[in-house]
Amino acid sequence: MSAPLLEARGLVKSFGDNRVLRGIDVTVPAGSVTCLIGPSGSGKTTVLRSLNGLEMPEAGTVRIGDVQLDCGSRPDARAVARLRGQSGMVFQAHNLFPHLTVLDNVTSGPVFAQGRSKAEAREEARALLERVGLADKADSYPVQLSGGQQQRVGIARALATKPKVVLFDEPTSALDPELVGEVLRVMQSLAAEGWTMVVVTHEMRFARQVADQVLFLDGGVVVEQGPPSEVLVEPREARTRQFLQRLLDPL
Amino acid sequence: MNAIDWDLVRSSLGPLFGGLVTGTLPLTAATFALGLVIAVVVALMRLSGNWLVSAPARAYVSVIRGTPLLLQLFIVFFGLPSLGITLDPWPSAIIALSLNVGAYASEAVRGAILAVPRGQWEAAMTVGMGRVTTLRRVVLPQAARIAVPSLSNTLISLVKDTSLVSVILVTELLRKAQEIAAPSFAFFTLYGVAAVYYWVVCLVLSFGQTRLETKLSRHVAV
Repeated sequence: MSAPLLEARGLVKSFGDNRVLRGIDVTVPAGSVTCLIGPSGSGKTTVLRSLNGLEMPEAGTVRIGDVQLDCGSRPDARAVARLRGQSGMVFQAHNLFPHLTVLDNVTSGPVFAQGRSKAEAREEARALLERVGLADKADSYPVQLSGGQQQRVGIARALATKPKVVLFDEPTSALDPELVGEVLRVMQSLAAEGWTMVVVTHEMRFARQVADQVLFLDGGVVVEQGPPSEVLVEPREARTRQFLQRLLDPL
Repeated sequence: MNAIDWDLVRSSLGPLFGGLVTGTLPLTAATFALGLVIAVVVALMRLSGNWLVSAPARAYVSVIRGTPLLLQLFIVFFGLPSLGITLDPWPSAIIALSLNVGAYASEAVRGAILAVPRGQWEAAMTVGMGRVTTLRRVVLPQAARIAVPSLSNTLISLVKDTSLVSVILVTELLRKAQEIAAPSFAFFTLYGVAAVYYWVVCLVLSFGQTRLETKLSRHVAV
């Protein structure tokens, strides 16, 4: 069996006195979907942001493909950029560039960062927009779109650099409930196409239907992990059961 | 009492307009352009994490903002010759005013860069942009919009501050008015006309500011 596409080992991270990650391991096989779930403050977003160097753990290693980063060695910006180049990211608040059209947002990585030809990048960007159902919005500006459309542009932008892994940081948490479905459906179809995805989410139905593995984090450790049919349906740990219970019955 | 000599007003309109378009306006344009370049460089220096880079920028801003513009002008024009550097009035005026504008504008630019949300940096970095590309393609275009109101303020102040260079013999609007007024002592009339010219220029600039703000904010959520 070949090595998994993404491997993080022993991630440790503190913000001041607050130890948010206390030794986290994540293994993501190529073509799989991994969902990180857990209460707020559990460290799931910090784990995700450690996978592309937006946060730098004090200790641990992250490897994606053949690029490895030793977080404890105070890696320089170039080493971090090399790791970051292996992944794409979709943000909770989409973080689209407001001064650029939808098409220019999607081509921003290929053209500004990868130095690819504008014509070619535009052609691919149009195909990606078609893919997320927004071919007709290419010349709009982000402010003219709904939240769900903005997030789908964010997905197209993340795919445009042809990353090995796509990281999603609570992609539907900032959306009105009726717009969540259109974003999740796009993500589901990406999973079906074989994209490798790591998703921080509170959408348990999505995790149930789409994830290959679910990691439940609490207090900076992975409390439980496995296929969703186990972690979400028959959790072994009391903390996991408690968390799922609270989601099902908030009152 | 006849404080205003209307014939003199009419005959001075042309020459004063000459002072405006050959002195005040080109001096304003040149020093504002240079000042903006200085401002961006200094703002980026101040935002650097490296103390050796940020400290000189901070010192520059502190000294320029802490001393009178007139004194800065005197140091460049009357002071530098004793160091062996003798400059003509125009270069002296451009150097002193640019350095002055650069310091004030750098604060506006710095604030505007800081006002661009952190998520914009992060998004740019995750699509593979480095710091320089992120600044150029993502942050500075957005900072420009944010900086327009305070930079407009700086520009409008600059139009009037250029009148100070009349004391180092640059012929601009105010000096032209002085030259025409001196023989007849018609200071009230000539200074009045000059004031109207300054005011009209500033009105036009304010109008331009409003237009620019509207144009730049069209893609921004209210």
